[in-house]
Amino acid sequence: MSRELVLGIYVLILAAFVGFEVIGRVPAVLHTPLMSATNAIHGIVMLGAMLVAGSADTPLLRGIGILAVALGAANVFGGFVVTDRMLEMFRKKEPPAGRPESERGDPR
Amino acid sequence: MNGDSRFTVISLAYIIAALLFVFGLRRLSSPRTARSGNRLAAAGMLIALAATLLDRSILSFWEIGIGTVIGAGVGIYSARRVQMTAMPQMVALFNGAGGATAALVSIAEFLRATGHGEAIGAGPAVSGALGIAIGAISFTGSLVAFGKLQEILPGRPLLFPGRHVVNALLALGVIALGGAIAIHGATPTTVWALFGVALLLGILVVMPIGGGDMPVMISVLNSLTGVAAALTGIVLANQVLVVAGMLVGASGTLLTLLMSRAMNRPISNVMFGGFGAAPTAAAAGSAVARPVRQTSAEDAAVAMAFANRVIVIPGYGLAVAEAQRQIKELSSELERRGVDVKYAIHPVAGRMPGHMNVLLAEADIPYDQLLDMEQVNPEFDHTDIALVVGANDVVNPAARTDRGSPIYGMPILDADHAKNVIVLKRSMNPGFAGIDNALFYEPNTQMLFGDAKKSLVQLTDALKAV
Repeated sequence: MSRELVLGIYVLILAAFVGFEVIGRVPAVLHTPLMSATNAIHGIVMLGAMLVAGSADTPLLRGIGILAVALGAANVFGGFVVTDRMLEMFRKKEPPAGRPESERGDPR
Repeated sequence: MNGDSRFTVISLAYIIAALLFVFGLRRLSSPRTARSGNRLAAAGMLIALAATLLDRSILSFWEIGIGTVIGAGVGIYSARRVQMTAMPQMVALFNGAGGATAALVSIAEFLRATGHGEAIGAGPAVSGALGIAIGAISFTGSLVAFGKLQEILPGRPLLFPGRHVVNALLALGVIALGGAIAIHGATPTTVWALFGVALLLGILVVMPIGGGDMPVMISVLNSLTGVAAALTGIVLANQVLVVAGMLVGASGTLLTLLMSRAMNRPISNVMFGGFGAAPTAAAAGSAVARPVRQTSAEDAAVAMAFANRVIVIPGYGLAVAEAQRQIKELSSELERRGVDVKYAIHPVAGRMPGHMNVLLAEADIPYDQLLDMEQVNPEFDHTDIALVVGANDVVNPAARTDRGSPIYGMPILDADHAKNVIVLKRSMNPGFAGIDNALFYEPNTQMLFGDAKKSLVQLTDALKAV
């Protein structure tokens, strides 16, 4: 086994534990946004696609590379944007300051 | 920049990106911080992608440019335009794109190595073969999930005889081809064959799963894509790919379990599909064992915190538990958050006319928040949550609809017209009139079992923590 492979396996195992621990007790209302955000994060594989596309030395590899970059970019950019849209619903409402403005009477 | 400093910059950027992914995910598990969590993760992604452009193996940039412009353009455009109701299928499509990317990257790595006559070690070869297989399954599986949710494909489970045998044979084919690649080295033929068989397997695995289980299935495919990305990272010896992919693989698995629990669908049923036919048998068996959706104080608190309007329906259970002060505390906390809180008072709430008003007034709940039945019933149609505390018969829709019911014709509070109903109840025992309440089995009703006073305290505490 090469050093790089051993290192990769260590990282794989440790990251799995972090992944289990980090989302903790997520309430059901966040299940879909969290799924969508993790979906965008695995778009990191676009990075591999960039390496393939940028170092391609045959037309076939170049074609695979461009296709992979495009699919990866759709995953990353679309994923984060759609998650942000889902999370808009949690934008904090302004707390009511006593009575509504309209009932405070004429400012004069 | 010379080679060493490039390597340093790229490595540091990858470490920062990995940290941002972890912190982002942490913040994504609480409603208050979720949005910033998503943005942190996105920032990490941009850093990682930008740093990759410095990689010395990249000799030409126009391929990356074209791919990025097309992919990001389509992705952002559809992410902005999609209807909120169509979110699950959108996520399925993006997930499929990610799975395909992972598979294509591993394929390209094999093809490049064989083209140059380089040998790939057995370890990375196994990773690569698995990456191709899992990525391909995730790709076509996600497309089928999309088709079912978009109603291009029929949502009901599609079963064909002998499907388990066919799937097992295809899985064996994947293992055999993967083994051949690991032992004898890759050839273009074996790599493409592996890809093709796995694509077919992805279709056949998801086809038999019913549309109702699709959200859970998409979560399964999502974590699979994460694993495929991590395996691709091992092939490329790229640690940030391994970290980010496996973070998704693991948190996605946990999320799948949480979702299937919240939706009351055992994961084994979801995975092996086809059990969508089971409910008919259950319905014929007994009406008593109909499923109810249970919720937790935390989930109920979050739902209420982000509601615009909550109507509380206090009943006898509240009076028995002497929980009027606790309900007042809960509603004050909601109002602090800008939620409009009203109380719906049924004429016979608390067993005596006016009983409930007295109880609530005692707890200093302002009178103008107490609405009687005629005032409040039209309001339920634009209410986010009806919180039923220890009331039963006064919210039983059978009084409106079921001529055979002993309470048919009794005027009731139309709690079932609210978008969501949360019922605080000691147990599933029928109420005063001794009759079952259809409201509790509605899909938009969630039950929080326990003593009313204790449940309200838990709700208030959970709300303060939101």
